[in-house]
Amino acid sequence: MHKEAAIRQPLILGHKSYGDITNDVCEPIEGRAPKGWYILFTFALIIGTYGVGAIMYLLGTGIGTWGLNKTIGWAWDITNFVWWVGIGHAGTLISAVLLLFRQKWRFAINRSAEAMTIFAVFMAGLYPLMHMGRLWVGYWTFPIPNQFGSLWVNFNSPLLWDVFAISTYLSVSVVFWYIGLIPDFATLRDRAKKPVAKKMYSILSFGWSGRAKQWNRFELVSLVLAGLATPLVFSVHSIVSFDFATSVIPGWHTTIFPPYFVAGAVFSGFAMVQTLMLTIRKAFKLEAYLHVKHIEYMNIVIMVTGSIVGVAYISELFISWYSGVEYEGYAFFNRATGPYWWAYASMMTCNVVSPQLMWFKKLRTSILFTFFISIVVNIGMWFERFVIIVTSIHRDYLPSAWSMHYPTHIDVGIFVGTIGLFFVFYLLFMRYFPVLPIAELKTIVKSSSEYYKNLPDTHHDDNHESDEHHNTNNH
Amino acid sequence: MADRVFYAMYDDDDVLKKGAKKLVAKGIKVAEVFSPMPIHGIDPIIGVKNTRLGIMAFIYGLTGLCLATLGMYYIMIVDWPMNVGGKPNETYLENMLAFVPVTFEFTVLCAAHGMALTYFLRNKTLPGMPSSNPDPRTTDNMFVMEVRLSENSQYSQEELQQMISESGIVELDQREI
Repeated sequence: MHKEAAIRQPLILGHKSYGDITNDVCEPIEGRAPKGWYILFTFALIIGTYGVGAIMYLLGTGIGTWGLNKTIGWAWDITNFVWWVGIGHAGTLISAVLLLFRQKWRFAINRSAEAMTIFAVFMAGLYPLMHMGRLWVGYWTFPIPNQFGSLWVNFNSPLLWDVFAISTYLSVSVVFWYIGLIPDFATLRDRAKKPVAKKMYSILSFGWSGRAKQWNRFELVSLVLAGLATPLVFSVHSIVSFDFATSVIPGWHTTIFPPYFVAGAVFSGFAMVQTLMLTIRKAFKLEAYLHVKHIEYMNIVIMVTGSIVGVAYISELFISWYSGVEYEGYAFFNRATGPYWWAYASMMTCNVVSPQLMWFKKLRTSILFTFFISIVVNIGMWFERFVIIVTSIHRDYLPSAWSMHYPTHIDVGIFVGTIGLFFVFYLLFMRYFPVLPIAELKTIVKSSSEYYKNLPDTHHDDNHESDEHHNTNNH
Repeated sequence: MADRVFYAMYDDDDVLKKGAKKLVAKGIKVAEVFSPMPIHGIDPIIGVKNTRLGIMAFIYGLTGLCLATLGMYYIMIVDWPMNVGGKPNETYLENMLAFVPVTFEFTVLCAAHGMALTYFLRNKTLPGMPSSNPDPRTTDNMFVMEVRLSENSQYSQEELQQMISESGIVELDQREI
């Protein structure tokens, strides 16, 4: 068993037995949904349906229904795409990177964060599909032998890299999430009393029985998937940034983009996790498993990644002047002081100033403040993408072509609609899936729960001799 | 032939581990352990070998790497070389840098999915498969050790029962199979 320093705060408060963990996670799923859930679900469903309607209208009429023009050929569509992909990054990051670093606090958030990843990447994926205009030929983005004179996709194009990156990321995240879910579905299956629930969970649990060999494989597969997913997370958002960085547009053509996008993605992803988890812990009464310490850890990640993003903004600004390239310089000067100054100012305030407040212990341990900042950060990160994309192209080399972007109600409808759809999926997840990893939480009870930590030391000593049989892939 | 199976139930993983060690020391073969969570260190005691899925993941990844390289070599160099701005792609090496992202993604894709599929098949966990844990509580808070009489014929049924009962169990379930 892993020993943990006594000074380290417990991750599970109170005296929780294995049975208590099962009950605490399963009961909210098995009982009737609270009224609040129905209200939120209806609300999300209405917004989501509106979004679907807007998408249908767009597909039926054409991309002209977006507020794009000759100068600004990319605006809300790609902004929303990058925003959602960014949000989708924290999930696998939390699961994979924190697993590799043996961070036990990940168990409080990994399941929900992975679900968030998957739903966010769904939403992100909608935008490029819509932008194609003809959804039904979306498969043309894959290198499939064809009869159009052997017309292949272009492997030199970052947009194609994106196809591979996003689809790999989505499918690997789903597998990672689902493999972790199987033992917990088995728990729900074995507890289920109603026949329909029993049947559903027994299909979902794939017949998991919890044999020693199955667990042995489970741990290795989780570890190897984490090892594969970690570079994947970094590569995916780097590739998303290549969409811009490999172009020749001043303001986009920057080598700093990959690390800066990855940091930004983690930053916004953790903020979204905070927003969602603070709601879940309250609704499901999971305060014992996700308490102030976890929130503080996440706030520290937000602070660090927010600072990286801040440094990136400032170096970008400095280098644009230092490079001596007029066009580069103008792109940034215009960004900060031109007609879109307000977007730049919102971005700077939300992303650079607000995370710095987390230096104060009082603020980063305040739940209300965290919730507020998590929303501010996500607004800021939306503006970041908007600023990068629109302000760089709205004043191009020909002043006669200079323009502004005015979103139409379809732009807004689709964006708001994807937020609605995201919450539809997320609320369904909350309702029917275990929101905490039941099996994995049980593995940290003895090392990190308040009760066991406060036991006198002698209690642990009786299994010293077993330490030589340490499994190599435990965590 | 009918076989008698003992399901020794424990409410704590460490007690089970100690119990298993004691029984194994007496030459008893533990057929299986069912638990609601991974019990670290139980595998060497009951003789479960470490999985080789990691090696498979590496092989799948290597396959992906080769497929991606060959695919892009054929598509971009052999079948339809492009001339972008007077810079034709004549050889794979000259263009390799542009192929790195997709090669990497495809390697990860094959390694992850190949491993996951092998994992499901080897575990015999597939959609709709029936579960085989002896007690529904083994996915909640019970840790169960399975001992078969046929595999421990040096002891009588009573002797086995006696020894299992002394290993810290909370319940003993016996079944004829």
